[in-house]
Amino acid sequence: MSQRAPNSMLTDSPAEPPAWRHRNLLDVDILSREELMIVLDNADAMREVLARPVKRVPTLRGTTIATLFYEPSTRTRASFEVAGKVLGADVVNLSPSGSSIEKGESLLDTVRTLRAIGVDILVMRHWQSGAPYLVAKHIDTPLINAGDGWHAHPTQALLDLYTLRSRLGDLQRKKIVIVGDITHSRVARSDVWALTTMGAQVVLCGPPTLLPIDMRQGCNKAGGLPPVTVELDFDRAIEGADAVMALRLQKERQEAGLLPSLREYSRLYQVTEGRLRRAKPGAIVMHPGPMNKGVEISQSVARSPSSVIDEQVHNGVAVRMAVLYLLAQRPE
Amino acid sequence: MMSRQMNRSENSLLIKGGRVIDPSQGIDTIADVLISDGRIAKVGPDIAADAEVLDATGRIVCPGFVDLHCHLREPGFEYKETIETGTLAAARGGFTTVCAMPNTEPPLDSSASIEFVLRAARERGSARVLPIACVTKGRAGKELAEMAELAAAGAIAFSDDGDPIADAAIMRRALEYSIALGLPISDHCEDKSLSGGVMHEGWVSTRLGLRGVPAAAEESMVARDIALARLTGGHVHIAHVSTAGSVDLVRQAKAEGLPVTAEVTPHHLTVTHEVVMGGGEGLAYDTNAKVNPPLRSPEDAEACVRGLLGGTIDAIATDHAPHAVEDKLCEFDLAAFGISGLETALGLVLTLAGANRESAVPLPLLVEKLTTGPVRAFGLDKRFPGLGTLVEGAPGDVTVFDPDVEWTVEPGEFASKGRNTPVAGRQLKGRVIATVYEGRIVYG
Repeated sequence: MSQRAPNSMLTDSPAEPPAWRHRNLLDVDILSREELMIVLDNADAMREVLARPVKRVPTLRGTTIATLFYEPSTRTRASFEVAGKVLGADVVNLSPSGSSIEKGESLLDTVRTLRAIGVDILVMRHWQSGAPYLVAKHIDTPLINAGDGWHAHPTQALLDLYTLRSRLGDLQRKKIVIVGDITHSRVARSDVWALTTMGAQVVLCGPPTLLPIDMRQGCNKAGGLPPVTVELDFDRAIEGADAVMALRLQKERQEAGLLPSLREYSRLYQVTEGRLRRAKPGAIVMHPGPMNKGVEISQSVARSPSSVIDEQVHNGVAVRMAVLYLLAQRPE
Repeated sequence: MMSRQMNRSENSLLIKGGRVIDPSQGIDTIADVLISDGRIAKVGPDIAADAEVLDATGRIVCPGFVDLHCHLREPGFEYKETIETGTLAAARGGFTTVCAMPNTEPPLDSSASIEFVLRAARERGSARVLPIACVTKGRAGKELAEMAELAAAGAIAFSDDGDPIADAAIMRRALEYSIALGLPISDHCEDKSLSGGVMHEGWVSTRLGLRGVPAAAEESMVARDIALARLTGGHVHIAHVSTAGSVDLVRQAKAEGLPVTAEVTPHHLTVTHEVVMGGGEGLAYDTNAKVNPPLRSPEDAEACVRGLLGGTIDAIATDHAPHAVEDKLCEFDLAAFGISGLETALGLVLTLAGANRESAVPLPLLVEKLTTGPVRAFGLDKRFPGLGTLVEGAPGDVTVFDPDVEWTVEPGEFASKGRNTPVAGRQLKGRVIATVYEGRIVYG
């Protein structure tokens, strides 16, 4: 494919510019099927790099990437850091503790400072939905949203898409079930956009207290919300599924009165071997991590051959390399 | 353009040739209005007088608008607005009387603070400022403020606006106590245990991942307040009605003959929750559209319009809530609630008069909801006879507007310090040409 990163780019000769028009990656909702394919095809090339004995190319040499995380994260942050370093970039990690953010500096001031220091690409996680949109509106440094509040987690959606495509091939009419706390999940919000754009049939499942009223009542506005279906009974939802994605259940949800108990939640919504037998033979099980084993997913399923959870993490590096590459190569 | 001749009597103003609309008297005719010594002297055809002349040919001439709900921010938040800038904004918007909410710092819960507002308005104001006092001491919701003393100092209503009166027993006592004073309790209806969000709970909040405020958070407290009005006979005024359910509840209460009145804002009539998201490719997360109660669904806005048409809603009130730039230039969750509304009120509500709307609101009805409607709702004419009318002897407050002139909302040109509006850049039709307050041209 012409838009795939040519191998020449990985050996430091001029790359063919990909047809990528975005300065930022704030969510996947505005990406077309073709644009999603560009990312996935580039990620294929990046996986080849990651398979080499010496995992280092000079593609982004001289580029400074800053990760600015207002929320704790292990895998996403490490994944971006590794992705940047494999591509030869310098990576600076900033977090609120021990920086001026603790002194009450505003988000925009912090980002302006990073820009003045010479940061070329900013990777940001923030606990408030929409925070990256505020930054992108006022500052022109290319920005990757590494998760904002309940709203979006685009690189997770892209790595999920990549993993699904590598296991299931074309996602047209494939049945993907997302089970758990949909209301508070940025992963679910981004995943439904990516998956429905690729033609998958997405079923959301979870207790009604953790499903937004508008999705539950099925009153999706044309174009406003992605076309998904909701099934409250997990045993029915999983029937014939090609893939099941369990979301992390945060313990605070029970404390906030959204659930009677974790025990009851597990009984109704845990991905178990028994339930998995209702899915299509060979169905895969995914989880964005970190897992609460024994709550949303059973120990045995997490370790079973159906589980592609480690593969998701591994693909995450390749996908993030692809995104960094595309934003750095964007024609001015 | 209007012509002004300053060489005539300094104490008289003759507004000539406009379409005079005074809903209080059922007047809608081409006529002249003569104001002498700060009062309405005469309304009729071809008045001849030794007076300064204001040509209003082709314009609407009506009583000065009365706003039952605005935030002037002084004392305490002068960086957001002052009584001087807030009343200038009022004058630009055609309002000659504004009722100022007491969520200042300190809150208006003492006669001294009421007197401060009245004095500042006299010295620096471009409109009549009628203070609304706190229902509870410090707006803390625990103990009643000294309501009789506040009324004696000049308070014309009571409210803890910004917050509801959460405790039903306090609301009951406030309503009972207010009966002796003959003044209404204006309640910001919001059950905080159901709200806690930053925008209307609906498909847009779902899409944006923002915490929602369901319509039920408002409706459950409207229902409670109506039950308390039934119990006590006290006058409940429902501030800024925003949902279809609230309109239904008020309609039923009125049908029952209960002492319940209600207001709606121009933004809840004409702007809906989709503007938070914006219309472009990227999501807007427009903090200038963050307001409490939140901008609701199109169905809710339509129900509010029908509430105006059917007489359920007594008044259009701005809930003018000016903020400084830095209060809004931040993450959506952190941004302040509120819309700077005095200067766009007329332009927004006139969109409801459009012939292309299914439920068009006749122009005289809109004028009623901005003049005699609010005066009657609060009983302001007891203290200010003739307010909101062009009856002979009434305060010489007149608004002249052109319903056809097109203009673009440029917040940078506001007289208000608050530039926070979700309709910046929008084309509106209809604008104030001149505002006359006690016989003086304060704008135009």
